[in-house]
Amino acid sequence: MTNTFKITSNIKNFFIEIGELSYFAGHFFKEAFSRPFEFKELLRQCYKMGNRSLLLVGVTGFILGLVFTLQSRPTLADLGVESWIPSMVSISIVREIGPVIIALICAGRISSGIGAELGSMRVTEQIDAMEVSGTNPFKYLVVTRIMATTLMVPLLIIFGDTIALFGSALVEYLKSDVSFLLYFNKVFNALKFTDIIPATIKTFFFGFAIGLVGSYKGYNCKKGTVGVGEASNTAVVYTSMLIFIIDFIAVFVFDIFFEI
Amino acid sequence: MKVDHNIEPILKIKDLKKSFGENHVLNSYNMELFDGENLVVMGKSGSGKSVMIKCIVGLIQPDSGSIEIMGKDIMKLDHSELDFLRTEIGFLFQGSALYDSMTVRENLEFPLRIHNDSPEKKEELVLDALESVGLRHTLDLMPSELSGGMKRRIALARAIILQPKVIIYDEPTTGLDPITAKEIIELMREIQLKQGSSSLIITHDVDCARVISNRMILLIDGINYAEGTFKELSSLKDKKIQAFFK
Ligand SMILES: Nc1ncnc2c1ncn2[C@@H]1O[C@H](COP(=O)(O)OP(=O)(O)OP(=O)(O)O)[C@@H](O)[C@H]1O
Ligand SMILES: [Mg+2]
Repeated sequence: MTNTFKITSNIKNFFIEIGELSYFAGHFFKEAFSRPFEFKELLRQCYKMGNRSLLLVGVTGFILGLVFTLQSRPTLADLGVESWIPSMVSISIVREIGPVIIALICAGRISSGIGAELGSMRVTEQIDAMEVSGTNPFKYLVVTRIMATTLMVPLLIIFGDTIALFGSALVEYLKSDVSFLLYFNKVFNALKFTDIIPATIKTFFFGFAIGLVGSYKGYNCKKGTVGVGEASNTAVVYTSMLIFIIDFIAVFVFDIFFEI
Repeated sequence: MKVDHNIEPILKIKDLKKSFGENHVLNSYNMELFDGENLVVMGKSGSGKSVMIKCIVGLIQPDSGSIEIMGKDIMKLDHSELDFLRTEIGFLFQGSALYDSMTVRENLEFPLRIHNDSPEKKEELVLDALESVGLRHTLDLMPSELSGGMKRRIALARAIILQPKVIIYDEPTTGLDPITAKEIIELMREIQLKQGSSSLIITHDVDCARVISNRMILLIDGINYAEGTFKELSSLKDKKIQAFFK
Protein backbone atom coordinates (compact mmCIF):
# COMPACT_ATOMS: atom_id res chain seq x y z
CA MET A 1 0.00 0.00 0.00
CA THR A 2 2.61 2.56 1.07
CA ASN A 3 4.91 1.44 -1.72
CA THR A 4 2.25 1.96 -4.34
CA PHE A 5 1.59 5.34 -2.79
CA LYS A 6 5.27 6.25 -3.01
CA ILE A 7 5.50 5.21 -6.62
CA THR A 8 2.40 7.15 -7.63
CA SER A 9 3.56 10.25 -5.77
CA ASN A 10 6.96 9.95 -7.45
CA ILE A 11 5.32 9.78 -10.84
CA LYS A 12 3.13 12.74 -9.91
CA ASN A 13 6.19 14.76 -8.84
CA PHE A 14 7.90 13.89 -12.08
CA PHE A 15 5.05 15.37 -14.11
CA ILE A 16 4.83 18.42 -11.85
CA GLU A 17 8.53 18.96 -12.44
CA ILE A 18 8.07 18.71 -16.21
CA GLY A 19 5.27 21.25 -15.96
CA GLU A 20 7.40 23.66 -13.94
CA LEU A 21 10.32 23.22 -16.29
CA SER A 22 8.09 24.07 -19.26
CA TYR A 23 6.79 27.13 -17.44
CA PHE A 24 10.40 28.15 -16.75
CA ALA A 25 11.20 27.73 -20.45
CA GLY A 26 8.17 29.85 -21.35
CA HIS A 27 9.37 32.55 -18.97
CA PHE A 28 12.76 32.39 -20.68
CA PHE A 29 11.27 33.07 -24.12
CA LYS A 30 9.19 35.91 -22.75
CA GLU A 31 12.20 37.60 -21.13
CA ALA A 32 14.69 36.78 -23.87
CA PHE A 33 12.91 38.90 -26.46
CA SER A 34 12.12 41.95 -24.35
CA ARG A 35 14.38 44.86 -23.54
CA PRO A 36 16.86 45.54 -22.05
CA PHE A 37 19.31 42.95 -23.39
CA GLU A 38 22.29 41.99 -21.28
CA PHE A 39 24.87 41.67 -24.05
CA LYS A 40 27.89 42.21 -21.87
CA GLU A 41 26.90 39.49 -19.43
CA LEU A 42 26.01 37.17 -22.34
CA LEU A 43 29.48 37.57 -23.82
CA ARG A 44 31.07 37.02 -20.44
CA GLN A 45 29.11 33.79 -19.98
CA CYS A 46 29.97 32.57 -23.50
CA TYR A 47 33.63 33.21 -22.85
CA LYS A 48 33.53 31.55 -19.46
CA MET A 49 31.77 28.42 -20.72
CA GLY A 50 33.90 28.03 -23.80
CA ASN A 51 37.08 28.67 -21.93
CA ARG A 52 36.27 26.26 -19.13
CA SER A 53 35.19 23.37 -21.34
CA LEU A 54 37.59 23.66 -24.27
CA LEU A 55 40.36 21.47 -22.91
CA LEU A 56 37.95 18.90 -21.53
CA VAL A 57 36.07 18.63 -24.82
CA GLY A 58 39.33 18.51 -26.77
CA VAL A 59 40.80 15.67 -24.72
CA THR A 60 37.54 13.71 -24.75
CA GLY A 61 37.14 14.18 -28.49
CA PHE A 62 40.69 13.12 -29.21
CA ILE A 63 40.42 9.95 -27.14
CA LEU A 64 37.02 9.23 -28.63
CA GLY A 65 38.36 9.30 -32.20
CA LEU A 66 41.43 7.34 -31.24
CA VAL A 67 39.64 4.56 -29.40
CA PHE A 68 36.76 4.31 -31.82
CA THR A 69 39.15 3.82 -34.74
CA LEU A 70 41.34 1.34 -32.89
CA GLN A 71 38.30 -0.71 -31.86
CA SER A 72 36.67 -0.90 -35.27
CA ARG A 73 39.90 -1.53 -37.18
CA PRO A 74 40.26 -5.30 -36.61
CA THR A 75 36.72 -6.12 -37.74
CA LEU A 76 36.98 -4.00 -40.86
CA ALA A 77 40.46 -5.40 -41.54
CA ASP A 78 39.05 -8.93 -41.35
CA LEU A 79 36.57 -7.98 -44.02
CA GLY A 80 39.33 -6.34 -46.02
CA VAL A 81 37.64 -2.95 -46.04
CA GLU A 82 40.07 -0.91 -43.96
CA SER A 83 39.75 1.83 -46.53
CA TRP A 84 36.22 2.45 -45.28
CA ILE A 85 37.48 3.55 -41.88
CA PRO A 86 37.58 7.32 -42.59
CA SER A 87 34.05 7.40 -43.95
CA MET A 88 32.61 5.08 -41.35
CA VAL A 89 34.27 6.80 -38.41
CA SER A 90 33.47 10.31 -39.60
CA ILE A 91 29.81 9.55 -40.21
CA SER A 92 29.32 7.92 -36.82
CA ILE A 93 31.18 10.64 -34.99
CA VAL A 94 29.64 13.63 -36.72
CA ARG A 95 26.13 12.26 -36.74
CA GLU A 96 25.77 10.60 -33.39
CA ILE A 97 28.65 9.81 -31.08
CA GLY A 98 30.35 13.19 -31.08
CA PRO A 99 27.28 15.31 -30.32
CA VAL A 100 25.90 12.99 -27.65
CA ILE A 101 29.17 12.33 -25.81
CA ILE A 102 30.28 15.93 -25.86
CA ALA A 103 26.83 17.13 -24.82
CA LEU A 104 27.02 14.73 -21.88
CA ILE A 105 30.42 16.11 -20.96
CA CYS A 106 28.98 19.62 -21.13
CA ALA A 107 26.07 18.50 -18.96
CA GLY A 108 28.58 17.42 -16.33
CA ARG A 109 30.67 20.53 -16.64
CA ILE A 110 28.34 23.38 -17.52
CA SER A 111 24.90 22.32 -16.32
CA SER A 112 26.11 21.32 -12.88
CA GLY A 113 28.20 24.49 -12.74
CA ILE A 114 25.16 26.66 -13.45
CA GLY A 115 23.09 24.68 -10.95
CA ALA A 116 25.66 25.16 -8.21
CA GLU A 117 26.36 28.79 -9.01
CA LEU A 118 22.76 29.96 -9.20
CA GLY A 119 21.87 27.67 -6.28
CA SER A 120 24.42 29.26 -3.99
CA MET A 121 23.37 32.70 -5.20
CA ARG A 122 19.80 31.86 -4.27
CA VAL A 123 20.74 30.47 -0.86
CA THR A 124 22.97 33.41 0.07
CA GLU A 125 20.28 35.87 -1.07
CA GLN A 126 22.39 37.27 -3.90
CA ILE A 127 19.46 36.83 -6.29
CA ASP A 128 17.22 38.74 -3.89
CA ALA A 129 19.88 41.44 -3.64
CA MET A 130 19.84 41.81 -7.42
CA GLU A 131 16.10 42.12 -7.50
CA VAL A 132 16.14 44.75 -4.76
CA SER A 133 18.68 46.82 -6.65
CA GLY A 134 16.34 47.11 -9.61
CA THR A 135 17.87 44.51 -11.93
CA ASN A 136 15.73 41.64 -13.16
CA PRO A 137 17.74 38.61 -11.96
CA PHE A 138 15.97 36.22 -14.31
CA LYS A 139 17.12 38.25 -17.25
CA TYR A 140 20.58 38.95 -15.94
CA LEU A 141 21.37 35.43 -14.71
CA VAL A 142 19.09 32.92 -16.41
CA VAL A 143 18.48 34.34 -19.88
CA THR A 144 22.16 35.05 -20.47
CA ARG A 145 23.18 31.58 -19.34
CA ILE A 146 20.64 29.71 -21.44
CA MET A 147 21.56 31.79 -24.49
CA ALA A 148 25.24 31.21 -23.85
CA THR A 149 24.87 27.43 -23.67
CA THR A 150 22.64 27.39 -26.75
CA LEU A 151 25.39 29.17 -28.68
CA MET A 152 28.47 27.60 -27.15
CA VAL A 153 27.56 23.91 -26.93
CA PRO A 154 27.20 23.57 -30.74
CA LEU A 155 30.59 25.25 -31.17
CA LEU A 156 32.16 22.97 -28.59
CA ILE A 157 30.65 19.96 -30.34
CA ILE A 158 32.00 21.04 -33.73
CA PHE A 159 35.38 21.54 -32.11
CA GLY A 160 35.21 18.15 -30.38
CA ASP A 161 34.16 16.38 -33.59
CA THR A 162 37.10 17.90 -35.43
CA ILE A 163 39.58 16.84 -32.77
CA ALA A 164 38.05 13.35 -32.77
CA LEU A 165 38.64 13.07 -36.51
CA PHE A 166 42.25 14.12 -35.98
CA GLY A 167 42.57 11.38 -33.37
CA SER A 168 41.19 8.88 -35.81
CA ALA A 169 43.47 10.13 -38.59
CA LEU A 170 46.44 9.74 -36.29
CA VAL A 171 45.62 6.06 -35.75
CA GLU A 172 45.28 5.51 -39.46
CA TYR A 173 48.56 7.27 -40.08
CA LEU A 174 50.41 5.18 -37.51
CA LYS A 175 48.76 1.86 -38.34
CA SER A 176 48.54 1.88 -42.10
CA ASP A 177 50.40 4.96 -43.21
CA VAL A 178 47.34 6.79 -44.50
CA SER A 179 48.34 10.46 -44.81
CA PHE A 180 46.23 13.14 -43.08
CA LEU A 181 45.46 14.62 -46.49
CA LEU A 182 44.14 11.35 -47.85
CA TYR A 183 42.23 10.68 -44.64
CA PHE A 184 40.41 13.99 -44.68
CA ASN A 185 39.85 13.71 -48.40
CA LYS A 186 37.94 10.51 -47.75
CA VAL A 187 36.09 12.12 -44.84
CA PHE A 188 34.85 15.01 -46.93
CA ASN A 189 33.81 12.67 -49.70
CA ALA A 190 31.80 10.59 -47.30
CA LEU A 191 30.11 13.38 -45.33
CA LYS A 192 27.01 14.85 -46.92
CA PHE A 193 25.04 17.88 -45.90
CA THR A 194 22.27 15.58 -44.77
CA ASP A 195 24.75 14.24 -42.22
CA ILE A 196 26.01 17.56 -40.98
CA ILE A 197 22.91 19.79 -40.93
CA PRO A 198 20.58 17.63 -38.81
CA ALA A 199 23.45 16.79 -36.45
CA THR A 200 24.20 20.46 -35.98
CA ILE A 201 20.57 21.44 -35.52
CA LYS A 202 20.14 19.03 -32.65
CA THR A 203 23.22 20.37 -30.87
CA PHE A 204 21.43 23.70 -30.40
CA PHE A 205 18.69 21.83 -28.56
CA PHE A 206 21.31 20.05 -26.46
CA GLY A 207 22.79 23.42 -25.55
CA PHE A 208 19.38 24.82 -24.72
CA ALA A 209 18.59 21.82 -22.49
CA ILE A 210 21.92 22.14 -20.67
CA GLY A 211 21.35 25.81 -19.86
CA LEU A 212 17.65 25.40 -19.12
CA VAL A 213 17.87 22.55 -16.63
CA GLY A 214 20.94 23.94 -14.87
CA SER A 215 19.32 27.34 -14.48
CA TYR A 216 15.95 25.90 -13.46
CA LYS A 217 17.49 23.77 -10.74
CA GLY A 218 19.78 26.51 -9.45
CA TYR A 219 17.27 29.34 -9.62
CA ASN A 220 14.66 27.37 -7.69
CA CYS A 221 17.17 25.93 -5.27
CA LYS A 222 15.94 25.03 -1.78
CA LYS A 223 17.49 26.74 1.19
CA GLY A 224 20.64 25.38 2.76
CA THR A 225 23.88 23.98 1.44
CA VAL A 226 22.20 20.60 0.94
CA GLY A 227 19.94 22.33 -1.55
CA VAL A 228 22.90 23.56 -3.60
CA GLY A 229 24.44 20.10 -3.85
CA GLU A 230 21.11 18.65 -4.81
CA ALA A 231 20.51 21.36 -7.42
CA SER A 232 23.83 20.71 -9.09
CA ASN A 233 23.44 16.94 -8.91
CA THR A 234 19.90 16.73 -10.24
CA ALA A 235 20.82 19.24 -12.96
CA VAL A 236 23.33 16.75 -14.38
CA VAL A 237 20.99 13.79 -14.09
CA TYR A 238 18.03 15.54 -15.70
CA THR A 239 20.13 17.13 -18.42
CA SER A 240 21.73 13.81 -19.37
CA MET A 241 18.34 12.16 -19.60
CA LEU A 242 16.98 15.05 -21.63
CA ILE A 243 19.92 14.84 -24.04
CA PHE A 244 19.03 11.23 -24.88
CA ILE A 245 15.36 12.10 -25.25
CA ILE A 246 16.15 15.02 -27.56
CA ASP A 247 18.53 12.81 -29.52
CA PHE A 248 15.83 10.20 -29.97
CA ILE A 249 13.25 12.77 -31.11
CA ALA A 250 15.77 14.42 -33.42
CA VAL A 251 16.72 11.16 -35.13
CA PHE A 252 13.06 10.28 -35.45
CA VAL A 253 12.09 13.64 -36.97
CA PHE A 254 15.08 13.89 -39.28
CA ASP A 255 14.43 10.38 -40.47
CA ILE A 256 11.09 11.60 -41.80
CA PHE A 257 12.45 14.78 -43.43
CA PHE A 258 15.87 13.72 -44.67
CA GLU A 259 15.32 9.98 -45.07
CA ILE A 260 18.68 9.26 -43.48
CA MET B 1 17.04 63.30 17.01
CA LYS B 2 13.58 64.86 17.09
CA VAL B 3 11.00 62.96 15.11
CA ASP B 4 7.81 64.66 14.00
CA HIS B 5 4.99 62.15 14.28
CA ASN B 6 2.36 64.51 12.94
CA ILE B 7 3.57 64.33 9.36
CA GLU B 8 2.83 61.38 7.07
CA PRO B 9 5.11 58.39 7.70
CA ILE B 10 7.62 57.53 4.98
CA LEU B 11 6.71 53.86 5.34
CA LYS B 12 3.39 52.54 6.53
CA ILE B 13 2.37 48.91 6.99
CA LYS B 14 -1.24 48.06 7.72
CA ASP B 15 -2.69 44.70 8.67
CA LEU B 16 0.06 42.70 7.02
CA LYS B 17 -0.63 38.95 6.89
CA LYS B 18 1.59 36.21 5.56
CA SER B 19 1.44 32.42 6.01
CA PHE B 20 3.51 29.63 4.56
CA GLY B 21 1.03 26.77 4.47
CA GLU B 22 0.01 26.15 8.08
CA ASN B 23 2.79 28.37 9.38
CA HIS B 24 1.13 31.72 10.14
CA VAL B 25 4.14 33.99 10.29
CA LEU B 26 2.55 37.45 10.27
CA ASN B 27 -0.97 38.02 11.62
CA SER B 28 -2.01 41.60 11.17
CA TYR B 29 1.27 43.43 11.64
CA ASN B 30 1.23 47.23 11.73
CA MET B 31 4.14 49.64 11.59
CA GLU B 32 4.97 53.21 10.70
CA LEU B 33 8.40 54.64 10.01
CA PHE B 34 8.83 58.42 10.13
CA ASP B 35 11.28 60.64 8.37
CA GLY B 36 14.69 60.71 10.00
CA GLU B 37 13.88 58.08 12.59
CA ASN B 38 15.76 54.97 13.66
CA LEU B 39 13.18 52.28 14.26
CA VAL B 40 14.37 49.00 15.75
CA VAL B 41 12.29 45.84 15.38
CA MET B 42 13.14 43.00 17.74
CA GLY B 43 11.76 39.50 17.72
CA LYS B 44 12.77 35.92 18.34
CA SER B 45 14.47 33.91 15.66
CA GLY B 46 11.84 32.71 13.22
CA SER B 47 9.29 35.30 14.30
CA GLY B 48 9.03 36.66 10.77
CA LYS B 49 11.26 39.73 10.86
CA SER B 50 12.99 38.91 7.60
CA VAL B 51 9.67 37.98 6.01
CA MET B 52 8.25 41.36 7.02
CA ILE B 53 11.05 43.40 5.48
CA LYS B 54 11.06 41.24 2.36
CA CYS B 55 7.39 42.11 1.94
CA ILE B 56 8.35 45.78 2.09
CA VAL B 57 10.70 45.54 -0.89
CA GLY B 58 8.43 43.18 -2.82
CA LEU B 59 10.56 40.05 -2.54
CA ILE B 60 7.71 38.21 -0.85
CA GLN B 61 4.04 38.69 -1.73
CA PRO B 62 1.96 39.18 1.42
CA ASP B 63 -1.39 37.41 1.68
CA SER B 64 -3.20 40.60 2.62
CA GLY B 65 -2.65 44.05 4.03
CA SER B 66 -1.11 47.17 2.56
CA ILE B 67 2.39 48.61 2.41
CA GLU B 68 2.86 52.26 1.50
CA ILE B 69 6.26 53.75 0.82
CA MET B 70 6.31 57.53 0.40
CA GLY B 71 2.61 57.44 -0.25
CA LYS B 72 2.74 54.70 -2.88
CA ASP B 73 1.11 51.33 -2.33
CA ILE B 74 3.76 48.86 -3.49
CA MET B 75 1.19 46.19 -4.31
CA LYS B 76 -0.35 48.45 -6.94
CA LEU B 77 2.88 49.27 -8.76
CA ASP B 78 4.00 47.67 -12.01
CA HIS B 79 7.49 46.24 -12.44
CA SER B 80 9.32 49.35 -13.56
CA GLU B 81 7.63 51.56 -10.96
CA LEU B 82 8.58 49.08 -8.27
CA ASP B 83 12.16 48.97 -9.49
CA PHE B 84 12.27 52.73 -9.36
CA LEU B 85 10.87 52.83 -5.85
CA ARG B 86 13.45 50.25 -4.80
CA THR B 87 16.23 52.70 -5.61
CA GLU B 88 14.89 54.79 -2.72
CA ILE B 89 15.40 51.88 -0.34
CA GLY B 90 18.75 50.52 0.76
CA PHE B 91 18.71 46.92 1.92
CA LEU B 92 21.42 45.29 3.99
CA PHE B 93 20.95 41.51 3.89
CA GLN B 94 21.39 39.26 6.88
CA GLY B 95 24.36 37.46 5.31
CA SER B 96 25.70 40.49 3.39
CA ALA B 97 24.78 38.84 0.04
CA LEU B 98 27.74 40.21 -1.88
CA TYR B 99 27.94 38.88 -5.44
CA ASP B 100 30.86 36.51 -5.11
CA SER B 101 31.71 36.33 -8.80
CA MET B 102 32.28 40.09 -8.88
CA THR B 103 34.95 42.36 -7.41
CA VAL B 104 34.10 44.90 -4.74
CA ARG B 105 34.00 47.60 -7.42
CA GLU B 106 31.56 45.62 -9.56
CA ASN B 107 29.45 44.87 -6.50
CA LEU B 108 29.11 48.57 -5.78
CA GLU B 109 28.49 49.46 -9.41
CA PHE B 110 25.66 46.97 -9.70
CA PRO B 111 22.91 49.14 -8.15
CA LEU B 112 24.07 51.99 -10.42
CA ARG B 113 23.08 50.03 -13.53
CA ILE B 114 19.57 51.44 -13.28
CA HIS B 115 20.88 54.96 -13.95
CA ASN B 116 22.87 55.84 -17.04
CA ASP B 117 25.70 57.58 -15.29
CA SER B 118 29.02 58.27 -16.98
CA PRO B 119 31.95 56.02 -15.94
CA GLU B 120 33.57 58.95 -14.12
CA LYS B 121 30.43 59.63 -12.13
CA LYS B 122 30.14 55.92 -11.27
CA GLU B 123 33.75 55.79 -10.16
CA GLU B 124 33.17 58.80 -7.95
CA LEU B 125 30.06 57.29 -6.34
CA VAL B 126 31.83 53.97 -5.75
CA LEU B 127 34.85 55.63 -4.16
CA ASP B 128 32.63 57.86 -2.03
CA ALA B 129 30.66 54.90 -0.72
CA LEU B 130 33.83 52.91 -0.02
CA GLU B 131 35.34 55.91 1.69
CA SER B 132 32.37 56.22 4.01
CA VAL B 133 32.86 52.65 5.22
CA GLY B 134 36.63 53.09 5.37
CA LEU B 135 37.54 50.35 2.90
CA ARG B 136 38.85 52.22 -0.12
CA HIS B 137 41.81 49.87 -0.52
CA THR B 138 39.57 46.85 -1.15
CA LEU B 139 38.33 48.20 -4.49
CA ASP B 140 39.67 45.37 -6.65
CA LEU B 141 39.42 42.48 -4.20
CA MET B 142 36.95 39.62 -4.48
CA PRO B 143 34.44 39.07 -1.63
CA SER B 144 36.15 35.76 -0.81
CA GLU B 145 39.24 37.75 0.14
CA LEU B 146 37.38 39.79 2.77
CA SER B 147 36.63 39.06 6.42
CA GLY B 148 33.05 38.83 7.67
CA GLY B 149 33.15 42.35 9.12
CA MET B 150 34.61 43.79 5.92
CA LYS B 151 31.92 42.04 3.87
CA ARG B 152 29.24 43.58 6.05
CA ARG B 153 30.76 47.01 5.52
CA ILE B 154 30.98 46.56 1.75
CA ALA B 155 27.37 45.40 1.75
CA LEU B 156 26.53 48.54 3.69
CA ALA B 157 28.37 50.63 1.13
CA ARG B 158 26.39 48.92 -1.63
CA ALA B 159 23.12 49.56 0.19
CA ILE B 160 23.74 53.30 0.53
CA ILE B 161 25.37 54.01 -2.82
CA LEU B 162 22.18 55.43 -4.33
CA GLN B 163 21.64 57.57 -1.21
CA PRO B 164 18.30 55.99 -0.39
CA LYS B 165 15.66 57.67 1.77
CA VAL B 166 15.05 54.51 3.77
CA ILE B 167 17.69 51.99 4.80
CA ILE B 168 16.61 48.56 5.99
CA TYR B 169 19.13 46.60 8.01
CA ASP B 170 18.55 42.88 8.55
CA GLU B 171 20.56 41.99 11.65
CA PRO B 172 23.54 44.21 10.87
CA THR B 173 25.64 43.01 13.80
CA THR B 174 24.83 39.30 13.92
CA GLY B 175 27.82 37.02 13.60
CA LEU B 176 30.35 39.77 14.31
CA ASP B 177 32.56 40.16 17.36
CA PRO B 178 31.48 42.93 19.80
CA ILE B 179 34.14 45.37 18.64
CA THR B 180 33.34 45.01 14.95
CA ALA B 181 29.65 45.17 15.83
CA LYS B 182 30.23 48.51 17.57
CA GLU B 183 32.06 49.79 14.49
CA ILE B 184 29.14 48.82 12.26
CA ILE B 185 26.68 50.58 14.59
CA GLU B 186 28.90 53.65 14.57
CA LEU B 187 28.96 53.54 10.78
CA MET B 188 25.18 53.27 10.60
CA ARG B 189 24.88 56.40 12.72
CA GLU B 190 27.41 58.31 10.65
CA ILE B 191 25.64 57.39 7.43
CA GLN B 192 22.31 58.39 8.88
CA LEU B 193 23.66 61.78 9.92
CA LYS B 194 25.35 62.32 6.56
CA GLN B 195 22.42 61.28 4.37
CA GLY B 196 19.52 62.16 6.65
CA SER B 197 17.86 58.84 5.89
CA SER B 198 15.41 56.86 7.97
CA SER B 199 16.44 53.44 9.17
CA LEU B 200 14.53 50.29 9.92
CA ILE B 201 16.79 47.99 11.91
CA ILE B 202 16.07 44.35 12.61
CA THR B 203 18.16 42.98 15.42
CA HIS B 204 18.52 40.56 18.34
CA ASP B 205 21.27 42.66 19.79
CA VAL B 206 20.05 44.59 22.85
CA ASP B 207 23.17 46.79 22.90
CA CYS B 208 22.65 47.72 19.30
CA ALA B 209 19.00 48.53 19.99
CA ARG B 210 19.87 50.70 22.99
CA VAL B 211 22.47 52.73 21.15
CA ILE B 212 20.68 53.30 17.90
CA SER B 213 16.92 53.28 18.43
CA ASN B 214 14.63 56.27 18.66
CA ARG B 215 11.71 53.91 18.92
CA MET B 216 11.27 50.15 19.09
CA ILE B 217 8.71 47.55 18.09
CA LEU B 218 8.62 44.03 19.47
CA LEU B 219 7.39 41.51 16.94
CA ILE B 220 5.81 38.65 18.87
CA ASP B 221 3.27 36.10 17.59
CA GLY B 222 3.15 37.82 14.23
CA ILE B 223 1.95 41.19 15.51
CA ASN B 224 3.51 44.44 16.74
CA TYR B 225 3.19 43.27 20.33
CA ALA B 226 4.63 46.38 21.98
CA GLU B 227 5.92 49.78 20.87
CA GLY B 228 7.87 52.50 22.59
CA THR B 229 11.33 53.82 23.36
CA PHE B 230 14.02 51.48 24.63
CA LYS B 231 13.53 52.81 28.16
CA GLU B 232 9.77 52.38 28.12
CA LEU B 233 9.88 48.83 26.82
CA SER B 234 12.69 47.64 29.06
CA SER B 235 10.76 48.77 32.13
CA LEU B 236 7.57 46.88 31.23
CA LYS B 237 6.69 43.88 33.38
CA ASP B 238 5.25 41.60 30.65
CA LYS B 239 7.11 38.26 30.66
CA LYS B 240 7.34 37.99 26.88
CA ILE B 241 8.82 41.47 26.71
CA GLN B 242 11.18 41.01 29.63
CA ALA B 243 12.74 38.02 27.87
CA PHE B 244 14.32 40.37 25.33
CA PHE B 245 16.05 42.60 27.82
CA LYS B 246 17.63 40.01 30.08
N1 LIG C 1 10.26 31.13 1.53
C1 LIG C 1 9.76 30.54 2.62
N2 LIG C 1 8.99 29.42 2.51
C2 LIG C 1 8.47 28.83 3.60
N3 LIG C 1 8.63 29.29 4.85
C3 LIG C 1 9.36 30.40 5.04
C4 LIG C 1 9.96 31.09 3.94
N4 LIG C 1 10.64 32.15 4.41
C5 LIG C 1 10.47 32.12 5.75
N5 LIG C 1 9.71 31.08 6.12
C6 LIG C 1 9.29 30.78 7.51
O1 LIG C 1 8.84 31.96 8.11
C7 LIG C 1 9.25 32.02 9.46
C8 LIG C 1 9.93 33.34 9.74
O2 LIG C 1 11.16 33.40 9.04
P1 LIG C 1 12.09 34.66 9.09
O3 LIG C 1 13.23 34.39 8.20
O4 LIG C 1 11.32 35.88 8.84
O5 LIG C 1 12.59 34.68 10.59
P2 LIG C 1 13.42 35.80 11.32
O6 LIG C 1 12.53 36.44 12.30
O7 LIG C 1 14.08 36.67 10.33
O8 LIG C 1 14.49 34.93 12.10
P3 LIG C 1 16.06 35.14 12.24
O9 LIG C 1 16.23 36.05 13.37
O10 LIG C 1 16.56 33.77 12.56
O11 LIG C 1 16.57 35.66 10.95
C9 LIG C 1 10.10 30.81 9.72
O12 LIG C 1 9.34 29.87 10.42
C10 LIG C 1 10.44 30.29 8.35
O13 LIG C 1 10.47 28.89 8.38
MG1 LIG D 1 16.02 36.93 9.55
